Amino acid sequence: MSGNLHLLSLTPPGWGGVLLAGLFASLQLAVGGYLLGLVIGIGGAFGKLYGGPILRDLLEVYTTVIRAVPELVLILLLYYAGTDLINQLLALVGSPSVDISGLAAGIFVIGVVQGAYATEVLRGAIRAIPSGQVEAARAYGMSAVLALRRVTLPAMLPYAIPGLANLWMIATKDTALLAVVGFSELTLATRQAAGSTKAYMTFYLAAGVLYLMVTLVSNVIIALIERRARRGMPQTV
Amino acid sequence: MSDGLSGLPLYVPPKPRSLLEPHRLLLMAVFAGIILCAILFMRWDWLPTYGPRLLYGVWQTLVMLFWTASIGFLLAVPIGLVQVTGPRPLAWLARIFCTIIRGTPLLLQLWLLYYGLGSVFAQYPELRSSFLWPTLRQAWPYGFTALMISFAAYEGEVMRGAFAGVPRGELEAARAFGMSRWTAFRRIWLPRALHRALPTLAGETVLQLKSTPLVATITVIDVYAVISKVRQDTYLTYEPLLLLALIYLCLTAVLVVVFRYLESRIPTREA
Amino acid sequence: MTSIAKTLAVALVLSAAALGAQAQEVKVGFAAEPYPPFTSPDANGKWVGWEVEFMDAICAEAKLKCVITPVAWDGIIPALTSKKIDMIIGSMSITEERLKTIDFSDKYYNTPTGIIGPKSEKFDATPEGLKGKVIGVQVSTVHQDYATKYFGPGAAEIKEYQTQDEADQDLAAGRVDAVQADAIALDAFLKSDAGKCCELKGNVKDDTAILGAGVGVGLRKGETDLKSKINAAIKAIRANGTYDKFSKRYFDFDIYGG
Repeated sequence: MSGNLHLLSLTPPGWGGVLLAGLFASLQLAVGGYLLGLVIGIGGAFGKLYGGPILRDLLEVYTTVIRAVPELVLILLLYYAGTDLINQLLALVGSPSVDISGLAAGIFVIGVVQGAYATEVLRGAIRAIPSGQVEAARAYGMSAVLALRRVTLPAMLPYAIPGLANLWMIATKDTALLAVVGFSELTLATRQAAGSTKAYMTFYLAAGVLYLMVTLVSNVIIALIERRARRGMPQTV
Repeated sequence: MSDGLSGLPLYVPPKPRSLLEPHRLLLMAVFAGIILCAILFMRWDWLPTYGPRLLYGVWQTLVMLFWTASIGFLLAVPIGLVQVTGPRPLAWLARIFCTIIRGTPLLLQLWLLYYGLGSVFAQYPELRSSFLWPTLRQAWPYGFTALMISFAAYEGEVMRGAFAGVPRGELEAARAFGMSRWTAFRRIWLPRALHRALPTLAGETVLQLKSTPLVATITVIDVYAVISKVRQDTYLTYEPLLLLALIYLCLTAVLVVVFRYLESRIPTREA
Repeated sequence: MTSIAKTLAVALVLSAAALGAQAQEVKVGFAAEPYPPFTSPDANGKWVGWEVEFMDAICAEAKLKCVITPVAWDGIIPALTSKKIDMIIGSMSITEERLKTIDFSDKYYNTPTGIIGPKSEKFDATPEGLKGKVIGVQVSTVHQDYATKYFGPGAAEIKEYQTQDEADQDLAAGRVDAVQADAIALDAFLKSDAGKCCELKGNVKDDTAILGAGVGVGLRKGETDLKSKINAAIKAIRANGTYDKFSKRYFDFDIYGG
């Protein structure tokens, strides 16, 4: 196996460059999907908490279905159906169909899945804010947006961060599932490199190390963010 | 519900609702309409042909889920325990194990086990003549191992928290009553930790169910693999996948109900 | 306000026009997996092989701007019908079954179907020879259909792989006893290091209804314009020697077949 290490060098004939390009694609997907998921999650959380009865029920259906069906199945469904739907909607309003790049489709898929989990995390975090704080903000005459920006969101953060951090970890790992639809991220690049060189063990181990590094670096950053968000909070052991 | 745009909406906890509220009836009618359209306008003629195979696939998925979760959980107990009690080297090993498994995608682990180990095995012809080979040449042992390890790592982390969370006083009380360390563990620590871990078990098991279709990528036949077969044979995309989503939805619902029943059988004092 | 709206409208129309102008761009799909010598990724992350050269020649001839878009093999037909890709140049055989869903150009190569197995075992590529064997095939291929029909009843198991290289790998690892696939793709594997274990056991008896009459460019139904362009291009590169020129670098026989 050590004889295969030259296959990992960054310049051809080594496949290291291909793996790193895959890693970059994976990170793009993870970041894009995670941010989209956050946006959906914030909307979903507020919709669930303050929306009308129909909106609440629809959001409940969304979060339940997404959390009950395997990500692999969702990714296949959304990957094929998502772009189809968008193009059919465009056709309805009479615009020409657009090319949806693999990356956009991938981000959409990861984002929709993440959105369901983020909705639940953020809803829980908002509810964990002592209601007196929000009431006090309103009593001081803060507008809705101002109270949201200055009180609800910052007060919610310490409760939300552990859940959101966990979601980021899930996002990085879920990108691997896009290998199944042929999106060229780290896992598929690894599979291709392994299949071309027949050095399966070497490449899968190398990819494992790359994913692990992403996780470990993320852990460090999350710890820093968490410490910052917890300023002024009572210490919990 | 809320006071609209005039000010910050305050959270109003939803009233306990019945299914028969007007907007729910409307929504249900809409969903029923969508389902009816799906039944009428999509192609389902393949269902009778693949029905028996689908049932077999569901059974395989459940068997895989049950055994990997059970054995994975048994492994999780020592993994969680050594991280709390030591000895140090073992605690470190368990910690590294959890970090590695939780830090890499299951799909990659699966392919590493199946194709990576497969290429290593190919270098040892002796292995092929051994009595283990008829098992090792099949795909399910690898899928099984990957799923089991994954469950052990995630649940091991939960068990670590559960063991650490049992109040020290209870353990000291057990010792003060003259229990040996082993008895105290068996009678107090383990049951209390399991009790604390139980609520997460339902969630972890649902996650495990959702991981099972990955084994189809290494030629194990489960319900996902059967649906893939349908997709390839009929060139349909949405119908089989929608059915598959529905199947998993039902399986998850069954799991949740079963766990709720189990939890209700266990008396809780904390709640 | 209105002027901004107007500017926006103009910009939208312009960008739509730009999109329209780019519509000449054709996304060519094939399986995102190593399938030597036809399409395989190299260490630069580029796709190389006979079929890539064929694609370049066709696209140059038909004056199409082709973009390589690898997709998962088991979803390649849905990808075509849902417009993720516009054509398939991925060693896809023209079969009756596929013609129900998609359209094909004329064939651009035709090769026999072979069976390979370990050197240590003696059997031939017949239903009798493969009795009780575990046979590996790639999913959604003509080989899967053929093996299921002819060898399925007697074989121990037909194992279906997502990619051809994984089926080959499992043959080398001893997890399957035989692999059925395109004879040229198998030859490429046998010539590789991992393929030293194995040898060609023979070609299977032809069944055009299943194995098809050669490989064609997969197209969406109703795109007659593109189809006639492609057919003309295939004819042209056959006639002007381009086809033979790049084929010679890969094969010492005529891959176009009879």
